[in-house]
Amino acid sequence: MNSKEITTQISEAAASLNLKKWDYGASFSNDYSVQVDKGEAKQLKASQKQILTIRVWNESNLVGITTTSDISESGIKKALNQANIASDFGNKNERTEFSPLAKDPIEVKDSKKRNPVGIKKLLTLLREAEVKLLESHASIKSVPYNGLSESFYERVYANSDGAFRSYTKSQAALYLYSRAEEKNKKPRSSGSVKIGYGVEDIDIESCIKDASSKTISHLNYSSIKTDKYSICFSPESFLTIINAFSSMFNARSILDGVSLSNKNSIGEKLSTEALNIYDDGLHEKNISSSPFDGEGTPTKRLCLINKGRLENFIHSESTARIFKTTPTGHAGLGSKVSVSPDWIVVEKSEVNSDLKSSLDHSTYEGEFVYIEELNAIHAGVRASQGSFSLPFDGWLYKNGKKISIESATVAGDIKYLLKNIVNIESNQELTTSGISPHIWVDKLSITGDA
Amino acid sequence: MLSSQIKSNEIVFGSCNKDLLEEIIFYGIGLGADFVEIFIENTDNSSVLAEEDFITSVSPSFGKGAGIRIFKEKKDGFVSTNDLTKHGLMRSVTQAIEMLDIVDNKKREVFNGLNKHRDYSSYKKKWINEVPSIHEISEKLLVSTKSLKKNNKIITRKGSYSRNLQEVIIASSDGTYVSDIRLHQTVGLNVIASDAQYRSSGSRRFGSSGMPNEFRLWDHEKAANEVFESSMNMLYADYVEAGQMPVVLANKFGGVIFHEACGHLLETTQIERGTTPFENKLNEKIAHESVTAIDEGISEGSFGSLSVDDEGMEPEKSVLIKDGILKKFISDRAGELRTGHKRTGSGRRQNYSFAAASRMRNTYIAKGEHSKEDLINSISDGLYCKSMGGGSVGATGQFNFAVEEGYLIKNGKLTNPVKGATLIGEAKEVMPKISMCGNDLELAPGFCGSISGSVNVTVGQPHIKVDSITVGGR
Repeated sequence: MNSKEITTQISEAAASLNLKKWDYGASFSNDYSVQVDKGEAKQLKASQKQILTIRVWNESNLVGITTTSDISESGIKKALNQANIASDFGNKNERTEFSPLAKDPIEVKDSKKRNPVGIKKLLTLLREAEVKLLESHASIKSVPYNGLSESFYERVYANSDGAFRSYTKSQAALYLYSRAEEKNKKPRSSGSVKIGYGVEDIDIESCIKDASSKTISHLNYSSIKTDKYSICFSPESFLTIINAFSSMFNARSILDGVSLSNKNSIGEKLSTEALNIYDDGLHEKNISSSPFDGEGTPTKRLCLINKGRLENFIHSESTARIFKTTPTGHAGLGSKVSVSPDWIVVEKSEVNSDLKSSLDHSTYEGEFVYIEELNAIHAGVRASQGSFSLPFDGWLYKNGKKISIESATVAGDIKYLLKNIVNIESNQELTTSGISPHIWVDKLSITGDA
Repeated sequence: MLSSQIKSNEIVFGSCNKDLLEEIIFYGIGLGADFVEIFIENTDNSSVLAEEDFITSVSPSFGKGAGIRIFKEKKDGFVSTNDLTKHGLMRSVTQAIEMLDIVDNKKREVFNGLNKHRDYSSYKKKWINEVPSIHEISEKLLVSTKSLKKNNKIITRKGSYSRNLQEVIIASSDGTYVSDIRLHQTVGLNVIASDAQYRSSGSRRFGSSGMPNEFRLWDHEKAANEVFESSMNMLYADYVEAGQMPVVLANKFGGVIFHEACGHLLETTQIERGTTPFENKLNEKIAHESVTAIDEGISEGSFGSLSVDDEGMEPEKSVLIKDGILKKFISDRAGELRTGHKRTGSGRRQNYSFAAASRMRNTYIAKGEHSKEDLINSISDGLYCKSMGGGSVGATGQFNFAVEEGYLIKNGKLTNPVKGATLIGEAKEVMPKISMCGNDLELAPGFCGSISGSVNVTVGQPHIKVDSITVGGR
């Protein structure tokens, strides 16, 4: 069945069960992936998946939901029935409706959908990449984590009010994490990830080069003295922090009491006037962009922090209604509709005279810690309290030299971090989760071995 | 087409599928596969969320699918599908064969048909009718969240429940033919406390396998008291000062450190990757002699227990470390094939869309002879980690764990609560420093995410003392 036929099937099944109001979101995908081990194929995978989430509204206008992978006629009827039963437990205190924007026009861009290259081609490319990475430096002994994949998927949203949206996409990803070993030293590991619309769009050579240079750059390591340091966050690590504390911008989190913000926080000064942050799911560089969210609301660019001040929250249909505004295209379909950011863009605003522009990670000769990548976000972030304590990969820059930090954590508070941004470098860099320049923060606690 | 004809051409749960499964396996072997495995799953899940004094989410879900795995020498091809018809399963086998590029099928493995059906599900079919209804769950969750409202500093209260019922059929070309039903229930309570600029949180999770009545028997009042007290104790806590110090890790979920920092390194998947420092250390000392560590899948009702693993093998009790000496690795079929370590009934996967891998089940450090007080009294200046948060282990074995509830130890006594602590180290260096084990072993449920998805596990230990570890703080 295609998505139109499924919509018709759901509509007919709902009518037969006397269910007048419903909507659904669905995803249909075909995925292929390969892993290698020293030139040999290790595991080759293919999967065909279908996920259907149906909501129904009962006569009291309460919502129930069911998710299933069974899209047969009987599966759809069962899902509608279960959702109807679940609607007896629908939330009376926060009602859910269709998004008022679910039938608005969506921005249709060239999806750049590619054709599958096939599992054999994936395997050949990954084998070659592994060999090149192993040959790039004598200390690189293995590439324990590697993979090349391609996915082809369709996402759909439709409701009983006549809304129907769908789009199809393709995406490919390559990851190479190599491990270097030298005598009398601990093994060191680092890697690189590249994504594209298709395998032909992935810069494999650049992935190999990045993985190799990152791994090698950590070979000469040393412990770091526990102290407070000036910090330069790489674009990737700063975006990781912003995403980890995105509950600050999230209306759902505010209503749930787990955000550092509240309903009246719009306009609050959070950072230097030089900082702008946007959520821009439709950004041309966002390969995973979706033109609509789980409730069918069109995706759009939204300013979250404007010249250091909180400008907007991200919303679903119900949070927008409570906040007396419009949905922003950030909803995820569920019994309790979730809200999350799409793709963060960080930039320097035009008001930036208070920044210390001499702080540039490529030229600055004073002492600072460069945080390349933050790890264990799920464990080290207390989003509702604003605190974090995170292990990281990075370097200590001192006297014009850089040395890899053996093992350390950076700890702090997100509000302190934002308030103490002392420079935003000029060049924005593209990452897999957004775009950001390097960001300097004055004095955060680093715990090392010493 | 007659409905009876349709039935014979697709997998039907609760029926005999032997002929169809054999036909598919014969097909794969005939095309040149060394080994063919079929894992078929039917799920019926639900979850309920209570926030403050209201049910805010009820989420049922159901589904079915198959994972087909083909081995040729040491390579494997894995295909998953929602199509359980003969045509769909045959197509998946063909796809796996093509992926592996199997063209030389002269040397054929022999498939003698499936063995006698081992049915672990027969007495479990009634479970679905014995588990609490959504109505009953909702009532108890609301009572639980109400119990959390013990003063006006508690600003957020949540109770969550989820139930997963999984029916599986496993058949493979070595004759394995197994059916099972698995039931997992888990319930959690969370609070956030706030007073002026101070904030804290508290949480506890409970879980069981194969015990339909367990949620009914759950002592929600005791759980609510624990969560409330934890959040109150931590509300005004100062940040811990970073440094090297001795620590005492509490029992139950304190075992997450052993699970993450050492247990994963004893899975054969890590040997395959060359990422465990213990690869060539069998029968060598890798830990303090006070440490004996076990991984098993047989403790009745424990969250990581199972009647049969996802490759059709009954789980065994594996003594991983005995008095500090490494004795065994946790192995699955691919692990045995690629590393030579015998299977331990540990081939596990989240669902049909993952190939099974060697995964922990109920993993714990065995009890010792000391009391908790002995451990604390032995430290003049250190940290007591009463409740652990999550953590992770890097590709080179470095681990870090958040301490959710911690107290300073001064002169052998517990003193001020502290927050923001992270434990940092490497298993290879920390295991020899576990110098004392308490006599109060307890287990705690959790979810472990790894190569074959998220699986239910139990972690555990008695109170243990680590002589020195890096504590991250401010």
